[in-house]
Amino acid sequence: MSLIFDKETGLLAGGVIAVLILASLIGWVLARRPGNAGYQETIANLNARTRAWWLMVAIFFLAMLSGESARSSYSDSHSFLALREFITMTPTKRGDHDTLLWLFFVITPIQYGLVAIGWYGLFAIFIPVYAFLFVPLRSVLSGDCEHFLERTATMQWALMICVYCVSHAPALLTLEIPGFEGQNGKLLFYFVLVVQASDVLQYIWGKLLGKHKIAPTVSPNKTWEGFLGGVATATLLGTALWWATPFTPWQAAGMSLAITLMGFVGGLVMSAIKRDRGVKDYGTLIQGHGGVMDRIDSLCFSAPVFFHLTRYFFT
Amino acid sequence: MLAVLDAGDSLIIFPEGGRFPGPEPQKFKGGLFHLAKDRPQVQFVPVYLENLNRILPKGEILPVPLLGSITVGSPIRLESGETKADFLDRARLAVWSLRLT
Repeated sequence: MSLIFDKETGLLAGGVIAVLILASLIGWVLARRPGNAGYQETIANLNARTRAWWLMVAIFFLAMLSGESARSSYSDSHSFLALREFITMTPTKRGDHDTLLWLFFVITPIQYGLVAIGWYGLFAIFIPVYAFLFVPLRSVLSGDCEHFLERTATMQWALMICVYCVSHAPALLTLEIPGFEGQNGKLLFYFVLVVQASDVLQYIWGKLLGKHKIAPTVSPNKTWEGFLGGVATATLLGTALWWATPFTPWQAAGMSLAITLMGFVGGLVMSAIKRDRGVKDYGTLIQGHGGVMDRIDSLCFSAPVFFHLTRYFFT
Repeated sequence: MLAVLDAGDSLIIFPEGGRFPGPEPQKFKGGLFHLAKDRPQVQFVPVYLENLNRILPKGEILPVPLLGSITVGSPIRLESGETKADFLDRARLAVWSLRLT
């Protein structure tokens, strides 16, 4: 699964860096133009986002260039960080303390261990079946019944979203696609690129043309213009990058559409949860973006769907 | 403690006198008032530590790696004629109100 020294990977990486340079230049120019306080604030946030993107891309490249264990622990660390943000804002109680320790220090590493050794059979059911049953089992031993179902359900949700769903991204590396052997790194790169490009493009279209709110009660920043423009351009991008994947251009278009639509609903669902809990962002780790969970919310929903579409039709 | 203050150093005080379940601070112990009375020029900076009771509840050994935060408020001083109960209540409120910021 070596990823370096491959022409297509170089092109993808070069393209990402070129876009970041362009974004930094645009941000630099925009910041020098006069404007009211609202404008300045938007541009400052835009530039903070771009700077954070440089860092995230650098870390992603480093993880991809390193060995397989580095790639696995890279995703593992995302799950760990997302999990702590998610659990922090959910109403667990004292009686869940030990269950939470299991979530962080046993169940999450096991799930990524299963990815690393490529044991698909257990990887696919470990959290939905065994962790699902274990969480209430461990909590009930503490004897605290108050809000029991609510506490249990939020911990199960946290595991499903932050760990199970996210782990499908590195699991792409384990697929055996005929004619694409040893190149799965590109598939993972392609997937992350389309998911994140979709987020960025929806943001840009929304900022430029956004007028009609798509879900005002859930996420006031999401507009029809941002959604349609973002989905269309991200799908075009994903289609144009078909050469990095085992797909034909039409298949790549279908895959990209699936990724972007799932990403959109993922962002919406995670926004609804934030709203319900009365917070704006999941965390403060990534300047301009919020927390890790704010950055990977769309990935959570699209990773399992992309994984299974690829696994079903191409292996 | 007075000697430390007189030497020009700062003190970190946990005026609840222990760790308790729940996010709300307990009533403050009286030592805080006596310090304030003996050294009225000293400023008391309220600090709220959020989520610590979930990260490591009393009696547990391993902390859960949740997010915590530290909020620092504006300093308060003992006002002239302020009673012990009033000062301790005010100090506690100064800490507790930081959870909203």
